[in-house]
Amino acid sequence: MLHPVPRLRETPSQTAGPYVHIGMTPNFADIRGVYASDLGASMLTPDTAGERIIITGRVIDGAGVPVGDAVVELWQADSNGSYAAPMGPGSNVAPAFTGWGRQPTDADGVFSFETIKPGPVPGPDGRPMAPHVALWIVARGINIGLQTRLYFADEADANATDWVLGKIADPLRRATLIAHREDGAPPRYVLDIYLQGDRETVFFDV
Amino acid sequence: MSGIILPGADGVLFPRDRAWHPPANTPGYKSATFRAPRNSLLSLGGTASELTGPTFGHSSLNALDNDLIRNYSQDGTEAIGQRLIVYGQVLDENARAVPNTLVEFWQANAGGRYRHKKEGYLAPLDRNFGGCGRAITDADGFYSFRTIKPGAYPWPNGGNDWRPAHIHFSVFGHAFAQRLITQMYFEGDPMIWQCPIVGTIPDKAAIDQLIARLDRHNTTPMDALAYRFDIVLRGRRSTMFENKLEGN
Repeated sequence: MLHPVPRLRETPSQTAGPYVHIGMTPNFADIRGVYASDLGASMLTPDTAGERIIITGRVIDGAGVPVGDAVVELWQADSNGSYAAPMGPGSNVAPAFTGWGRQPTDADGVFSFETIKPGPVPGPDGRPMAPHVALWIVARGINIGLQTRLYFADEADANATDWVLGKIADPLRRATLIAHREDGAPPRYVLDIYLQGDRETVFFDV
Repeated sequence: MSGIILPGADGVLFPRDRAWHPPANTPGYKSATFRAPRNSLLSLGGTASELTGPTFGHSSLNALDNDLIRNYSQDGTEAIGQRLIVYGQVLDENARAVPNTLVEFWQANAGGRYRHKKEGYLAPLDRNFGGCGRAITDADGFYSFRTIKPGAYPWPNGGNDWRPAHIHFSVFGHAFAQRLITQMYFEGDPMIWQCPIVGTIPDKAAIDQLIARLDRHNTTPMDALAYRFDIVLRGRRSTMFENKLEGN
């Protein structure tokens, strides 16, 4: 089918470099006073509905070394499985839950999000996908941002029929996307992201 | 609303042309050695989780967020360096403006030094320069900010590698799958073509998209030079014809 306008080429990606924390989490990088707080640092408000959880893990490179200069962004549905509607130019009030978070990794490669457990979202086949969050990872040495997902180990039945997990034949590869649960208040879901090697995380072309 | 597709409406994105972007593993840029995934990416095609994305209200920004000359001033004076206006339009592959999207930028100071505890270059810090800023595009997709020209600097990669003057950019679009980080370079800089990070991009025409053009017309007389840097994000395959939807 002919396209009505000539397509432009997407601007090519470049690595976020070693100092991505300056641009994306400046307060964490000790650049204080420019922004009141780092964007995406807090995902919850008192009005956020849903089960409070912590999503945490480490980013680890192919030599087994924690990646301490990464940024991880998280995008998820609310507890009903709905994504936040886009804010227009006149939007002054953020919704009770935007579904987006951003965290730096620390010197041990650790990231941590305080959020809520998402509800199931319909997949392309119309059936619900298992609850999950989308993750995007950038750092020095990553030439184009890495897209992946985190699923929840205590959703085994939903995971077994998930549209995306079903595309991954190797159970060891599939397991790279499933966070284990540690009970607590709030419960923690833990998943390490391996950029390379025997336990390399499954990354997506989305 | 028949016949209108709003930004953020469902619609599958054009597949990303991975050959236009740098590959994961780039031997000339050594940091990628242990950070490049070796397995093929799993192609998803896009679900609601990737076709939606975060948006930000203009009210979440402060007046000085797009003024790097003044937004970290410690003593009331301005950052040192060659004064610039950097501006441009965020478009999608369909050449449509992307309004109301967050653009973030960060850079070294005029001497090529970043304000970061791991930075070891001997060029001095500027106490009035932090190096970060942000803007939200207007209804026509335009952003702008004021800054100083960053310096080139040496970095440990090969024996004597230098980064050309550059500004890092982060752009959101309206879908999580449009998320992009890149770097902007300056027209006419011979250092561009010697840089191993620039060289991760295979196609010279793609590199050319990262080079901002000197824009004399938008210069502020007796104050600041202007450079224009347009950014193209992935577009949606759904395209409007009158009241009829084409594509999928």
